[in-house]
Amino acid sequence: MSKTNVTRRGVLKTGAVAGAGLAVPTIFDGQAWADGHTGFTNAPEGGSVTLGFNVPQTGPYADEGADELRAYELAVEHLNGGGDGGMMKTFSSQALQGNGILGKKVEYVTGDTQTKSDAARASAKSMIEKDGAIMITGGSSSGVAVAVQALCQEAGVIFMAGLTHSNDTTGKDRRRNGFRHFFNSYMSGAALAPILANNYGTDRKAYHLTADYNWGYTTEEAVRSSTEAMGWETVGQVLTPLTQTDFSSYITPVLQSDADVLVLNHYGGNMVNSLTNAVQFGLRDRVVNGKNFEIIVPLYSRLMAKGAGANVKGIFGSTNWHWSLQDEGSKAFVQSFGTKYGFPPSQAAHTCYVQTMLYADAVERAGSFNPCAVVEALEGFEFDGLGNGPTLYRAEDHQCFKDVLVVKGKENPTSEFDLLEIVEVTPAAQVTYAPDHPQFAGGQLGACNPGA
Amino acid sequence: MDAILLQILNGLDKGSAYALIALGLTLIFGTLGVVNFAHGALFMLGAFCAVTLNNILSLSHEVIDETQTDFLGNPLRVEVPYIYDWFGPEVGASIIEWSVPLAILFSIPIMIAVGFIMERGLIKHFYKRPHADQILVTFGLAIVLQEIIKYFYGANPIPTPAPPAFTGSFDFGTLLGFEPGTIIYPYWRLVYFFFAMIIIAGVFAFLQFTTFGMVVRAGMADRETVGLLGINIDKRFTIMFAIAACVAGLAGVMYTPINSPNYHMGMDFLVLSFVVVVVGGMGSLPGAVLAGFLLGILESFASMRQVVDLLPGINQIIIYLVAIIILLTRPRGLMGRKGVMED
Repeated sequence: MSKTNVTRRGVLKTGAVAGAGLAVPTIFDGQAWADGHTGFTNAPEGGSVTLGFNVPQTGPYADEGADELRAYELAVEHLNGGGDGGMMKTFSSQALQGNGILGKKVEYVTGDTQTKSDAARASAKSMIEKDGAIMITGGSSSGVAVAVQALCQEAGVIFMAGLTHSNDTTGKDRRRNGFRHFFNSYMSGAALAPILANNYGTDRKAYHLTADYNWGYTTEEAVRSSTEAMGWETVGQVLTPLTQTDFSSYITPVLQSDADVLVLNHYGGNMVNSLTNAVQFGLRDRVVNGKNFEIIVPLYSRLMAKGAGANVKGIFGSTNWHWSLQDEGSKAFVQSFGTKYGFPPSQAAHTCYVQTMLYADAVERAGSFNPCAVVEALEGFEFDGLGNGPTLYRAEDHQCFKDVLVVKGKENPTSEFDLLEIVEVTPAAQVTYAPDHPQFAGGQLGACNPGA
Repeated sequence: MDAILLQILNGLDKGSAYALIALGLTLIFGTLGVVNFAHGALFMLGAFCAVTLNNILSLSHEVIDETQTDFLGNPLRVEVPYIYDWFGPEVGASIIEWSVPLAILFSIPIMIAVGFIMERGLIKHFYKRPHADQILVTFGLAIVLQEIIKYFYGANPIPTPAPPAFTGSFDFGTLLGFEPGTIIYPYWRLVYFFFAMIIIAGVFAFLQFTTFGMVVRAGMADRETVGLLGINIDKRFTIMFAIAACVAGLAGVMYTPINSPNYHMGMDFLVLSFVVVVVGGMGSLPGAVLAGFLLGILESFASMRQVVDLLPGINQIIIYLVAIIILLTRPRGLMGRKGVMED
């Protein structure tokens, strides 16, 4: 008969020693990340390279995060030579060969941002330190993107932002190691304003309800300045808490004002609820100042618009990309994604797929995974065939400049995916601004950090 | 004046939801002595009963429409609900449109069963444990229920509209002699308020005018003595838990057309509902209802632009501020009785 001598004290001692041992590899500072490699953080050794996909897997944006993850998995499949190749066939740069990146097989790890800056930083840090991720990408919130971008800069890895729309990401919080393909608040305002003027006239009084965080502020500022420039007057502006679910007490003061347009600078669940409440209170049936009352949603997301149901019909907004685009790149991506998953991709999925391709392509062209070489390859890079027409990754702020879509909630959708119709493709020139534009002022890219 | 009236109206529907949730919380606390942090999740489950019924009624088969194509260029597969085949498209569509009111009937047995299973399966094991343990286990249960719902229904809100007859809004202003269009109130929010009043009245009548209710009230006042009289008070308290779960569930069902339900909606209401219970007075049913409406209306006023301009951020703290003031001036809450949670 065997006898074991397990004591409580013994277990505690063993646990403490093992815990300390496990913790040692994680007690690194930014400088130490690069130690033991070849001049930069997490230089790949062996036949594979690891990318870190940091998306909201739990919390209110989990569905958007799941779609981003699908796109990343598809991109990895294509990079490794699987599937039909997707947009690799239409991408103007033909550096990618379907044999991984620089001949190394692409592997990936995932993290859960929970749409919280601290959780997102923790998961990104873990992927860099423990899993050896050489590039971090993802996100469905500007707060998260700004926080993770700063972390990647310190750690000496590249950050390819996912869905982040605030001006700040490539404005006051821009970083040399961070890049954004998605469009921004300024571009939404610049694209929407002429369409609004054409459809609703130049003599309008707007009332803004704005989510109380950095994306809300920059979106309101962008839409206000664009619409005021064409003659609209802003008669009210109220910040709403991010946690608000019932917006009725914010909607009813609109009834008391002489506003004839309501701009909802809300995203996600906030947008669904505020728009639903606004429609419930009969705003769209009102006639004010002799004009029909109108509602505008500056940033549309198809996944979120679904939550608002029929309430989105006829409402203008802007979007980065839509699956109904008929260019070769978009068609290839929709075909590839739709065949694999059975439904069309969202704009979040599109931007994440494209960012992964752009990173891989930059590494191939640079011939190195060194972040500074990748930065050099991406800065000022002009490309086409990825779904938004000719695009420039501007060197001065690492923002992509490309066409922006103005969309409208579709009156007669034929399916649950067919919620938005493209009203106009606004050319890139119309949404381009100077790098030192006041809405983007105060930021410096700083120097590239390879982590060594 | 019209702005004030409008905010009072706004506060009524929010207050109705607070009152219904707080009523259930107080019933459970008063009978079983359990602080139930899973009560918000019951509200959420009720809302998802409405979503589920809508999904069941909308169960469809595919018909291929050769004249249209889907996003991949294949012939479009159109979903046709079975109910259209059985009752014809018009009647079928009407039944689906009325799924929220129909969900009241659908949710009652489900919520009673959920309440019963929750109490017998988990909560009864925590009666003699400290309140901190009860809070932890019920909070954990709430998270589990949330995640289950998210697994099956996703994280995005799901639109569940009111029947077309109630989707418009009602011009109160013209009734009261104001200019048309100044006091507009959606029909469904009115329906919600009256529905809440009926439920609240029903619960009070049940406790006040039935023998069962009388025994429950006696048990709330002195559980030991009632037990000594040979009455199985535990069984009655289990039924009261199921009734409280049902009240929360019905509040959730009817709330779905106001805000599209998502898995997190229970948590949004839970904390505020606890504040409502404390402000109303622990263990006081009328207190819970009164405080629910009071805080709902105050929250609406605090969101007015004039108030926010004057005191920025007041809309986010008003409920807690009022709770502090009331607890400082009336430590037992508005209608709290001596001896509740004071031993």
